[in-house]
Amino acid sequence: MVDMSVRIAGVEFPNPVIAASGTYGNGECYTELYPISKLGGISCKGMTIEPKLGNPPPRIAETPSGILNSVGLQNIGVHGFIEYYLPTLKEEGNVIIANVAGATIDDYIAAAEALDASNVDMIELNISCPNVKAGGATWGVTPEGAADVTKAVRRATSKPLIVKLTPNVTDITVIAKAVEAEGADALSMINTLLGMRIDIRTRRPILKNNTGGLSGPAVFPVAVRMVRQCYKAVNIPIIGMGGISTWEDAIEIMLAGACAVQMGTAIFTDPYSPLKVIDGIADYMEQNGIKSLSEIVGQCQEW
Amino acid sequence: MYYCGKYPIIEKKTLAKGVYSYIIDADEPADEAQPGQFAMISAPNYTLRRPISICGIDKERGTLRFVFEVRGKGTEEIASLTEGESLDVLAPLGNGFRIPDGKKIVVVGGGIGVPPLLGISRCSGELCTAILGFRDYSKIILEDEFRENGSETILCTDDGSVGQKGLVTFPLAEVLEKGETAAVMACGPTPMLKAVVKMCELYKVPCQVSLEQRMGCGVGACVTCSCLTVRNGKEFYSRVCKDGPVFNAEEVKFDG
Ligand SMILES: Cc1cc2nc3c(=O)[nH]c(=O)nc-3n(C[C@H](O)[C@H](O)[C@H](O)COP(=O)(O)OP(=O)(O)OC[C@H]3O[C@@H](n4cnc5c(N)ncnc54)[C@H](O)[C@@H]3O)c2cc1C
Ligand code: FES
Repeated sequence: MVDMSVRIAGVEFPNPVIAASGTYGNGECYTELYPISKLGGISCKGMTIEPKLGNPPPRIAETPSGILNSVGLQNIGVHGFIEYYLPTLKEEGNVIIANVAGATIDDYIAAAEALDASNVDMIELNISCPNVKAGGATWGVTPEGAADVTKAVRRATSKPLIVKLTPNVTDITVIAKAVEAEGADALSMINTLLGMRIDIRTRRPILKNNTGGLSGPAVFPVAVRMVRQCYKAVNIPIIGMGGISTWEDAIEIMLAGACAVQMGTAIFTDPYSPLKVIDGIADYMEQNGIKSLSEIVGQCQEW
Repeated sequence: MYYCGKYPIIEKKTLAKGVYSYIIDADEPADEAQPGQFAMISAPNYTLRRPISICGIDKERGTLRFVFEVRGKGTEEIASLTEGESLDVLAPLGNGFRIPDGKKIVVVGGGIGVPPLLGISRCSGELCTAILGFRDYSKIILEDEFRENGSETILCTDDGSVGQKGLVTFPLAEVLEKGETAAVMACGPTPMLKAVVKMCELYKVPCQVSLEQRMGCGVGACVTCSCLTVRNGKEFYSRVCKDGPVFNAEEVKFDG
C-alpha cells in the first residue's frame, strides 16, 4: 500500500480526496453505500449561525458537462450541526471540515466561536456562495471584504482555517494574498461560477432564483488555471476543486498546485467516484514510484 | 441500504409512443424495494441521473421494473438502451406509499404518474380501486395490468376517446361517496394532485401524494429537490428524494 496521506495546516488526511461542501450533506446519506471513512475528509453542508430556509425550487438545472444550483444555504444552523451530526461524523469519518457562511461579520464570528468549542477538525470559510442575497460571495469578491472576514474569524478560533474562494472575480490572486495576510492557513478553490439557463418554451429561467452556481467537468479547466495562479502567488496550501471527476483530473490539479482535492458534482453522476479517484491515485503513485504526493504538488513545468 | 451498479436489462417493451418499460435483473435492490420508491438512473453522457419510479418489484425473480416517458435528452438516451445492455441504477430511494392492511384504498394516477401506483395495486389487489387519467387514447398505459391484479379500474381521458371524459376527480368523488375508502394515493401532474387532495379533504379521507422535483443526488445530500411543506404550523423545505417522494397531502404546500 502506498502512503497517500497529506498534511494541511497540521491536520493529517489519510488520502487527498475530500467530499465538497453541499454535495455530501453531513455524511449521513452516503453511509448507505460505503463507509465514509474511505474518504480523506468531508466538508460539511454550508452552515450559518441561525437555521436557514434556502431558496424556492427548482434549485438545480443540468448544463453541458455540469450543473447549476441555487440551494441558498438551506441548513439547520451551527448548533443543530454540532448537536445532531457532528458526533456521528467524528466517529465514522476522517477529517471533518465545517463550512461556514454568514450575512454579517458577526454571523461569521458567532459561528466560528461555536465551532471552536466543538471537535470539528477544521473550518472552511465560505465567502463565495453565489446563491444568497446578503453575505456569501459579497465578502469574497473584494480583497477588503475577504480580509475583514478572515481577520475576524481568525481571532474567533484557533482551529485550522481554510478560506474558500470564488472564481467570480477579476484577479483571484489578489483575494488569495489578502486572506493569506490575515492568517488563513489554507485556501480551497474554486467555488461555483455564476451562471443562468432559460427554458426557451416558457421564456423563464429554469432556476427559481434565476441564477445559480455552475459546477462539474465544465469548470475544471478554470479551476486548474486559478489553482495554478494562486499556487504561484501564495505560500499556504491549496485544496483544489471544480469539476474533478477522475483520478487523472486529481493528478492534473495537483500538478497545478493543489495538495488535496474536493469532489462534488461527480458524486451525483457516480456516488463511487471519490473511491475510484482514490484507487486511481494509488495506482498512479505505485506505477510512477511516487512516495509522497508532495512530490507532485505544483510540479507542472510551464512553457 | 442503497445499491448502485449496472444491472442487465432483461426485457424492454414499448407501451405507447415514447413510453418504455424496462425490467432489470437486480436481486439486492429488488429485495429491499417498496412500492412508491424510486431509482436514479444514469443517462449516458449526462451529468445528472434521472429519477424514475419503481413500477414493479418481483422479489422472487429479483427484478425491478421501470416505466418512463421520453421527455428530454436524458430520457432519450436511456430509451436508446436495448435488452442485454445494462442500466446504471442507484436504488431503492426515498419513502414509498404506506398501504393500510386489509382496507379499501383508491389510487389515482395521471399520465406518466400511473407507473408508481401499479405496485400498490399488486399488493392490494381487489381492495384497490384504480382511477387512471390520460390525455387521449394513444397515451393509455398499464390499464390491463391493474385489472389483472384484480383492481377495479376506471379510465378517464381528457377528450373522452376512451372511458369517462374529463377529470379523475369525478369518478373519485363517486367512489369516496360510498364511505369505504381508508386511504387515497395519487401521482401525476400538480393540478391533478391539488384537485385530488381537495376532494379527499372534502370526504375526510387521508391522502398520500407522490411528488416530482428536479434532483441532484437522489439520496438527501444536496438539498436541491425541495418542496415546501408545513408541520406543526411551521413552513420548511423538505427533500423530495429523502423525505418523500411520497408525502402526506396535508403537509404539502403546493403553491410554495
Ligand atoms: C421521484 C420521481 C419519480 C419519477 N418517476 C417517473 C416515472 O416513473 N416515469 C417517468 O416517465 N418519469 C418519472 N419522473 C419524471 C422524470 O424524472 C423526468 O421526466 C426526467 O427526469 C426528464 O429527464 P429528461 O432528460 O428527459 O429531460 P431534460 O429536460 O433533458 O432534463 C433536464 C434535467 O431536468 C430534470 N427534470 C426534467 N423534468 C423533470 C421532472 N418532471 N421531474 C424531475 N426532474 C426533471 C432531469 O432529471 C434533468 O436533471 C419522476 C420524477 C421524480 C422526481
Ligand atoms: S436530490 Fe439531493 S437532496 Fe434530494
